[in-house]
Amino acid sequence: MIPAPFDYAAPNTLAEAFALLEQHGDDAKILAGGHSLIPMMKLRFASPAFLVDINNIPGLSYIREEDGYLRIGAMAREADLDHSELIRSRYPIFTDASKLIADPQVRNMGTIGGNIAHGDAANDHPAVMLAMRAEVVISSAEGQRTVPIDEFFYGFYMTAVQQNEILTEIRIPIPPAGTGNAYHKLERKVGDYATAGVAVQITVDGKGFCTYAGIGLTNVNPTPMRAARSEEALLGQKMTEEAIAEAARLAAEDCNPSDDLRGDEEYKRAMVGVLTRRMIHKALERARR
Amino acid sequence: MIRCKTSKEIGGMGHSVKRKEDARFIQGKGHYVDDIHLPGMLHMDIVRSPYAYAKIKSINAEEALKIPGVLAVVTGKDLEKYNLHWMPTLMSDTQMVLPTDTVMYQAQEVAAVIATDRYAARDGKEAVIVEYEPMKPVIDPHKSLDPGAPVLRTDKPGKNDNHIWHWEVGDKTATEKIFAEADVVVKEQMHIPRIHVASIETCGCVADYDKVNNHLTMYMTTQAPHAIRTVIALVAGHVGLTEEKIRVVSPDIGGGFGGKVPVYPGYVIAIAVSFLVGKPVKWVEDRSENLQADSFARDYHITAEMAGTKDGKILATRFKILADHGYTDASANPSKFPTGLFSIGTGSYDYGAAFMEADAVYTNKPPGGVAYRCSFRVTEAVHAIERITDRFAFEIGKDPAQLRMENFIKKEDFPWKSPTGWTYDSGDYHAGLLKAMEVVGYEELRKEQAEKRERGELMGIGISTFTEIVGAGPSRDFDILGIKMFDSAEIRVHPTGKAIARFGTKSQGQGHETTYAQIIAEELGIPAEHIQVEEGDTDTAPYGLGTYASRSTPTAGAAAAVAARKLRDKARKIAAYLLEVSEEDLEWEPGKFFVKGAPEKAKTIQEIVFAAYTNHPLGMEAGFEATHYYDPPNLTFPSGAYICVVDIDKETGEIKVRRFVAIDDCGNIINPMIVQGQVHGGLTQGLAPAMYEQLIYDEDGNILNGTFMDYLVPTAVESPNWETGHTVTPSPHHPIGAKGVGESPTVGAPPAIANAIVDALSHLGVTHIDIPITPFKVWKILKEKGVAQ
Repeated sequence: MIPAPFDYAAPNTLAEAFALLEQHGDDAKILAGGHSLIPMMKLRFASPAFLVDINNIPGLSYIREEDGYLRIGAMAREADLDHSELIRSRYPIFTDASKLIADPQVRNMGTIGGNIAHGDAANDHPAVMLAMRAEVVISSAEGQRTVPIDEFFYGFYMTAVQQNEILTEIRIPIPPAGTGNAYHKLERKVGDYATAGVAVQITVDGKGFCTYAGIGLTNVNPTPMRAARSEEALLGQKMTEEAIAEAARLAAEDCNPSDDLRGDEEYKRAMVGVLTRRMIHKALERARR
Repeated sequence: MIRCKTSKEIGGMGHSVKRKEDARFIQGKGHYVDDIHLPGMLHMDIVRSPYAYAKIKSINAEEALKIPGVLAVVTGKDLEKYNLHWMPTLMSDTQMVLPTDTVMYQAQEVAAVIATDRYAARDGKEAVIVEYEPMKPVIDPHKSLDPGAPVLRTDKPGKNDNHIWHWEVGDKTATEKIFAEADVVVKEQMHIPRIHVASIETCGCVADYDKVNNHLTMYMTTQAPHAIRTVIALVAGHVGLTEEKIRVVSPDIGGGFGGKVPVYPGYVIAIAVSFLVGKPVKWVEDRSENLQADSFARDYHITAEMAGTKDGKILATRFKILADHGYTDASANPSKFPTGLFSIGTGSYDYGAAFMEADAVYTNKPPGGVAYRCSFRVTEAVHAIERITDRFAFEIGKDPAQLRMENFIKKEDFPWKSPTGWTYDSGDYHAGLLKAMEVVGYEELRKEQAEKRERGELMGIGISTFTEIVGAGPSRDFDILGIKMFDSAEIRVHPTGKAIARFGTKSQGQGHETTYAQIIAEELGIPAEHIQVEEGDTDTAPYGLGTYASRSTPTAGAAAAVAARKLRDKARKIAAYLLEVSEEDLEWEPGKFFVKGAPEKAKTIQEIVFAAYTNHPLGMEAGFEATHYYDPPNLTFPSGAYICVVDIDKETGEIKVRRFVAIDDCGNIINPMIVQGQVHGGLTQGLAPAMYEQLIYDEDGNILNGTFMDYLVPTAVESPNWETGHTVTPSPHHPIGAKGVGESPTVGAPPAIANAIVDALSHLGVTHIDIPITPFKVWKILKEKGVAQ
């Protein structure tokens, strides 16, 4: 990498990191796993004057259930998700997603926090978090605040995280029994961003009625997107083939993909439809286990 | 089954000797150009054009020169003072080193920044301000010859269109007559897309000019070090750099695939700067520069036609090519072959008439095209013949395997004269296809396909039975810039029986250090592990034309065998002297001469070599060395039978290559493990253009996929389980019966995959899809046919 010149600090505490962010203002950029930022610096699309490397700050890479939430420290790596027994046994949607993120080398470094904080609709975790109605914990020198995932993404590379703040945790409500979830994306080759990706979490009651539906879409909208009408169409319904088809149809209709080398708008809408149907089926299958 | 004549200890031909070079490569101890650090070395980075076609109004280096460490910004005007602003291409066209007034393609070199370190050089590059006046470029080659199209090469006096050359071969009249009278004529338009070799190591050099001794050492990623030395002397002789003052060193190379044959402007600028300042100058491209500016491969638009009878006899073929060469013809073909060896495109089939013609045009795209793991346009030819053969089978409703079997050139008809003038040396096409069909379970697969079709599932089986043409080549026809395409070997055996062998070729991953040693071991009985192979240094290696187009084994490998045989003749004389018998009384077995009928009376090769230095017969020249320059009497014609099975997801268009069986015939095999490795790599590089790779430009000439984010190089994940095998039909004219294998799989795989995908959709009326065949493309077809929603 031959980036533009920059200064660099690797603080050992959050307090020091906040102070550095305060001091350098808009010149500063947080370096977590680096797998979004460093490629941009390499291509000189980004030339931050000051990097605050938060890899030395301890206590930010946990994955645990606590107080009704699955709590994921912002510095947990994709590889940590891959290797977590808790995730594998109870949250297969994360395993679905993490194995589709880039390649093992990237997953050894890339963090869940960074994947979300980058604010890129092409990243995979945002859709998963939307489907699971996550909350994002944002910290600063003034303290902590919690932002629902629906209020987190502002625009292209823009999120609720302010210049003096650091995303420190993601909280996901522990789903009740009868819940299943799944994620898949179509990619042109391993490591590619999604042509289209769909995350689904469904809860069904004992009589087979849908009591929760969360559907998040990857890379088919300027920001990570919830397929709200699809969710509404399923809530309170029996999970029939017709209901599922309708939810899929609505997701395809509501997304806003743009043409690129992966495919045109028509193709991507169709893929959102196919994947929504397939992921609902897969989530239901998992819910029944 | 491969039979070995030598013991495992000697490790001659047929043994899967482990690659000698791997010990250093897998331990990170390879030594590449970028590992070279010389005292006082300067670094160069290159300012590149954002436009495909523009006038340069001004180049302002003021801000760049303010950056600490930036020493100079070199422009075309600077080089013009020394008449170094233009250079010849290998095809006797011309190419700018740096422009003085106009840029002709996006990413073209515009100026060079020289600095004391790599970072300052890049910062300097960002700070150079170039003012352009963009012009409307010519991007679509089909429009390049339109009357109103801007004439791009205004540097050529009198040039009034964008036409480069016309080429044709075959009997036009006879072919046209057959086409006019044939029962069946099929025709398809095919684009063999512009792709890039994308080797792991990009291109680069360290130019080290010593002012005191007037001597240039050029460390460089080149597949052809000697040819480069001669080219440098031709380009820079007028400033005093004559050939004896130039040493080209090609260190370890991380993949060449044809992309490291041409001379790129960066090399010339680095030499010019080093020459002027007397310090070493390093230039190493980054990945995007490599992908965007270095020579592309392919980019042939082909109209392919086949004429035949209703019952399936092929009668004639006709191919018409539009070749998009970009801004200059920078192909790396032998001089007399502007379309390379495309004329192999009559394929593996026995018919009497063919006509092929090509027109090459200039466009505002990077120059090329190189022979990407392909013996000069053979990939394009094989795609055309193998696709149109399938198209013909489909038209008459005959199984494509059956059709091929009925039309193959028969084993007993070799040497076989092709309608375009080649003499195929040997082949057994029936055996190859039969073996492939047996391994894949062809009949069962066809049944399964029929059942799946009933259920609305999409499955396809594709065949490619190709004939390759490699080992360029016989000096009567083959030269590059006038230099005949022989190749060379020099063997020196030391008194203790160990040897060093040097070659004019240059390995880029092929494993020459191992296979050449095995050839010598086979001939001399000296264990392969005792033979050190050296290439790539023009001061020590004998002259040769380098490694590309699967030519190393056919040429330098043959030279090694012949040189070793010269030594064996000498060894016989010494053994006769030592054993006090006549030469005729001696018999050879690998590693020793013994007296006929008295095997205990023997001298090992090691004893003989020692005697060559300590006790040689009176009147005989001392020492044990031989050199041979091998001029092949003919090319070699490897072949293969590939069968691919695909399943297609009818909702998403995703294609899964379920099976891929590759039966290669490369004649006698030197090292089965290395051949298998080469085939695996080659098949993956055949999968690439079939399903993933293409350099894509918009109408303004902007490259749309200039990084690995969007230029999709397949990985192990995308690669199916390659099932490989062999038939062995030795080349009758090659000293060791070998034919060359490196590029066969790259050439043969794309049509097998394309044929399989088209086959999966053939019941919908699909007869052709241009590669790369992506899920999006397939889905569009399925949508149009009412299969996908």
